[in-house]
Amino acid sequence: MKFSRLIFANLFRKKARLILTIGSFAIALFLFTFLAVVKGAFSRGTELAGADRLVVINRVGLIQTLPLSYDDKIRAISGVKFVTHNHWFGGVYQDEKNFFPQFAVDIENHRQVMTEFRVPDDQWINFVKDQQGAVAGAGLAKRFGWKIGDRIPLKNALYGTTKTWEFNLDGIYHNDKPGGDESQFWLQWKYFDENVPAAVKSTAGWYVIKLDNPDDAARVGKAIDTLFANSSSETKTETESAFQANFAKQLGNIEFLILTIGSVVFFTLLLVTGNTMAISVRERTAELAVLKAIGFTDRSVLFFVLAESLVIALIGGVLGLGLAILAIPVVGSALNGLLPPLLLSVSVLSLGLGFALLVGAASGLLPGIGAMRLRVVNALRRV
Amino acid sequence: MIRVDGRSDSASLIKVRGLNKTYSRGGEQIQVLQGLNLDVDKGDFVAFMGPSGSGKTTLLNLLGGLDVPSAGSITVDGDEITHMSASKLTHWRARHVGFIFQMYNLIPVLTAFQNVELPLLLTKLSKSERRKHVETALGVVGLTDRMNHYPRQLSGGQEQRVTIARAIVSDPTFLLCDEPTGDLDRKSADEIMALIDELVGKYNKTILMVTHDSLVAARAHMTLHLDKGVLVEGGKSPQQVLAGGAA
Repeated sequence: MKFSRLIFANLFRKKARLILTIGSFAIALFLFTFLAVVKGAFSRGTELAGADRLVVINRVGLIQTLPLSYDDKIRAISGVKFVTHNHWFGGVYQDEKNFFPQFAVDIENHRQVMTEFRVPDDQWINFVKDQQGAVAGAGLAKRFGWKIGDRIPLKNALYGTTKTWEFNLDGIYHNDKPGGDESQFWLQWKYFDENVPAAVKSTAGWYVIKLDNPDDAARVGKAIDTLFANSSSETKTETESAFQANFAKQLGNIEFLILTIGSVVFFTLLLVTGNTMAISVRERTAELAVLKAIGFTDRSVLFFVLAESLVIALIGGVLGLGLAILAIPVVGSALNGLLPPLLLSVSVLSLGLGFALLVGAASGLLPGIGAMRLRVVNALRRV
Repeated sequence: MIRVDGRSDSASLIKVRGLNKTYSRGGEQIQVLQGLNLDVDKGDFVAFMGPSGSGKTTLLNLLGGLDVPSAGSITVDGDEITHMSASKLTHWRARHVGFIFQMYNLIPVLTAFQNVELPLLLTKLSKSERRKHVETALGVVGLTDRMNHYPRQLSGGQEQRVTIARAIVSDPTFLLCDEPTGDLDRKSADEIMALIDELVGKYNKTILMVTHDSLVAARAHMTLHLDKGVLVEGGKSPQQVLAGGAA
C-alpha cells in the first residue's frame, strides 16, 4: 500500500512513546487473556456438566453428609436411571501445596453415571479388585509423574487421628470432553468406609443421579427434596451445572470480579492510548494541514490517524497474546492445582485481539476526527 | 497580462471578480478584501505586497482553494472554484495548485524524496513513474544528490528547494508562494528566487507570490499592493523597485 510508508514513518516518530504505548497494550492484553482463562477455568465445570445429571447434597451445606440409606430411596423415584455416591477424602500428598481433589467413589455405579471419564477396562477391573486401589486423572498422574503400580501415600487428618493412607495406582482416567477435568484421585468408598470413625461410616458426601430424560430434571429434583423433607438430613437437589456454578460462587463472584478488573484495564488503556494519539496528532497539526493543502482528503487524514492507532493496537495485542501463550502454562503449573486447568483457547485469543483492535480504533477516533475537521487556513496560521 | 481593473475580456488563466472576504471577530465584522479584481495569464509571475493584516495571505488562501470568499468569484482555467464543495476543492487543489510555504512545512520523518513524492500518492501513477517524476523535480531544484536526506539534514535553503520540488512534481496549473524567502538569509533567498525565476522563464510556470521583501518582489513581472482590502498596481519594473521606488 502506497500510504504505508507515511503511516509507519509517523508511527516511529517518537520511539520511546511508541514502545511505551505498545507495552501498555501488551500488558493489558496479557492481563485480559489471563483473566479470561481463569474465568474459563471456573466456569468450565458448568459448561461441561452433564445435562442429564442431578447432584443431591445436604440442605445445610456440602460439608454435611447424607445417610447412605438414601441411595435405594432415590433409585426408586421414577425417571432415575443410575445413582452413585461420593465422599470427600481430603488427604495431603507430600506437601499441603500439592492440592488435588480426592473422592471415595462407589465402584458399582460410578462409571455408569460419570460416563465422560474413561478408564481402560483392565485397569478398572484391577481397581475394583484392589481394596487399596486408586485411579488418577491423566493430568494428575502427569503432574506428579505417577505411573500404574505406584504406591501413593496420602496423609489425612479429617477423620479422627492423623494417619497416612496408602494406595496402589491401578488406573489412569481420561476425560472425553475437551478441557474436561483430569485432576481427580479416586479411592474405593468401601475402603474409605471401613477406615473412618463410626460417625462418618455409612454416609455419602453427595449423590450424583443420572436421569432417563433430562426434561425430568425439575420433577425428579423436587421429588427427592420432598421425599427427605422434615428428616434429620434434608436434601438440596440441583442440576449438575447449577451445582458447579454454586460451588464456584463459594469462592466469591469470580465472574464479576474478572469482568470488573478487565473493564477497568481496558478503560484505562483507552484513556492512555487516546491521550497518546491526541498528543501525537496535536504535534503534527501543521503537517496534517499541509497534507490537506496538497490534496489529501479529510477522510484520508482520518484514515492515517486510525491506521496508526490500529497498528499500535495490533502489535501490542499480538505481543500480549504471545506473552500469554508462553506464560499461562507456566503459571498453571506453578499454581499446583489450586485452580482448575488453565486452558487458552483460540476463541479467547481472538476475543483479546478483537478487544485490542476495538480499543485501538476507539482511541484513534477522536483525535482522527479532530484532524479530519482541521481547517487548513487556521492550522497554517498557527505555524 | 496581469490586470486588476476587472475589465479584461481575454480568457485569463486566473480570473478574480468582485472578491470579498469578511471575518467575524468578537461580534465585529472585519472586511479583509473588498471587491477585488485580478487577471493572471499563464506564465505570469505576480508578487503581492502590503502591510501585515492587509489580506495578502487571505488572498493566497482564496486563490488556492484553502478558504472560501464571502462574495465574488475565482475562475481558474475555466473552473469556477468558489462554489465547489470542500471535497471537490481538495481534489482540485491536488491537480491545479502547488504550495510553497515560508516555513517549508516538510514532513520531518520522510526523506526529501518521500516528501516530494507525497502529491503523487494521490495520483494513479505507478511506483516507477512516481520515482521518475520525483527525480525530475529534484533535478530541477538541484537536489538529486540529497534525495535520501531527511529535512533535519538539510539547510533552510535546501529545505525550501524540496518544498518547491514538492510543489512542481505534479505539474500544477499554478504555484502559490507565501513568503518563500521569509525564513532565509539573503544568499539562500537569492538562490531560491533564481530557481523561481527559472520556473517562470524556462518552464513557463504561473506564480503568485506574497512577500514583504521588495527585492524579492522586484523579480516578479508585476508587484501588486494590497491596501485596505483593495489591489493597487505598483512598480512594474525591477529597476524601479531596486531603486527604492516601490509604490
